Parts: sequence; structure tokens; C-alpha cells
Amino acid sequence: MKITQHATDTTLTLALNGELDASSSVLLDTELSKPEILRTQKVLIDCQQLNYISSAGLGVFISHLQTFQDANVKLVFFNMQEKVRNVFEILGLDSLMTIVPSEADAAAV
Amino acid sequence: MEQAIRISCNRRNLKVVRDFVGEYLAGQQLSEVLVNQLILAVDEVVANFIIHANAENEKQFLDVRVTVLNREFGFEIEDGNSSTYSPGSYQEPDLREFVRVGKKGGVGMMLVNRIMDRVEYSTVGEHTICRLYKTLT
Repeated sequence: MKITQHATDTTLTLALNGELDASSSVLLDTELSKPEILRTQKVLIDCQQLNYISSAGLGVFISHLQTFQDANVKLVFFNMQEKVRNVFEILGLDSLMTIVPSEADAAAV
Repeated sequence: MEQAIRISCNRRNLKVVRDFVGEYLAGQQLSEVLVNQLILAVDEVVANFIIHANAENEKQFLDVRVTVLNREFGFEIEDGNSSTYSPGSYQEPDLREFVRVGKKGGVGMMLVNRIMDRVEYSTVGEHTICRLYKTLT
């Protein structure tokens, strides 16, 4: 798993590249746990190169969602492959999290 | 036709198991979404055995076997450790509560149970075996 960051004054974009499983999810958790992330308005997760996600990866997002909401930080996923989106849908997470088709849609949220 | 692989209990081997299952399923004319679901179900059970049953002790090992018969796909994960392990009775978790309290784990078996038709744990001798089944029409 490789995570590439791009930050503006209001938005932090994390581009995920690879497979997010019980072995690699610690890296993502470290990024989402940084205190400064709560000072941004929006965290965009670019999933175009995310080829796989297991419960460990989902758990990282679940565990940070409430903290983000309490801090008025929007968490938005975009460019998600169908097989990855399906994993969110199996659990109904697509109704608890914001998943949009494109980066332009994510910017408009 | 059955294929099998043995791995040591290191979470880096999750990728090895996923590739093994993926290669087996590649010739079965299944959709990418379905293949991913089956890989995910096996991955979740193997991760539980590695992390919870064996505490990531690399001296321990797991055997993973894959079969298909009359469109029923079977996956068998056998713990090489002699201690018995079972996740206990399964109850659907409340995801909204997980979000509220910031819970990091606990949805793996939810995925497995929603993907597979049958999930069975049994003990053979001193070894725990998890069997997963899914029939595709």
C-alpha cells in the first residue's frame, strides 16, 4: 500500500495505491490519526488505484468517521472500483459514508 | 479438483493466500466482483486465524484448500496449531454503534457471513477447521 498526499488550504487528498488489508491498514490509520487532519475541511480519498479492501481497511475508516464528523471534517471517497465499492455495499457502509464517482463530484460535496 | 497451500502465521502471507485463491478462481468464469468477494471471505478467516488464534506466531501454520464441485465453491482453512479456536456464536453487529464509538474491528465475520452460503467451524483431532461454501447458479 502506497499513500500519496496532496493538500490545499481546505482539503487533504489521499490517493491510495495497492491493497488495504490487515497488514497494510496500519499505514492508513497513522495518516488519518494525525491531529492536523482535523483542521482541514475535507478529506478526499482517491480510490482509483485501490485494488482491494478487507475489514481491516474498512475498520480504519469506521473508527475515524465519528471524530471527523464531530470536527466538521467531510470524508469523501471517489474513483472507487466496482469490486471495492461492492465491499462497502455488502456492509451498508455506502449509506453511512459519502462515495461519489469522480474527483469533480468530491470537490462539490 | 482441489488445490492447497500452506502458510506460516504472518499477516504478510494474507497476500499469498489472496493470490492463491485468485489464481484458482481465474479459470472459473466468474465476475470480478464475485471473485473479489470469495477472496475477501477467505482473507478474513485466514486473518482471524493468524492474528487471533495464533497471535502471529510464525512457527505456526495454516493449510488453505480450495475445491469446486457442481458449481459449489468450497474453501477450507485448517489451523495447524493444536489449540482450538472458534469465533463463537455469530451476531450481526450494529455498524452505526461501531461508528459512534470508533470501533476499529469486528466487521470481518459480518462480511464472511453475508458473502458465503454456509460458514462452519469444526474440530478434527486437535485442529480447528473453518469451511466456507458458496453455490453459484
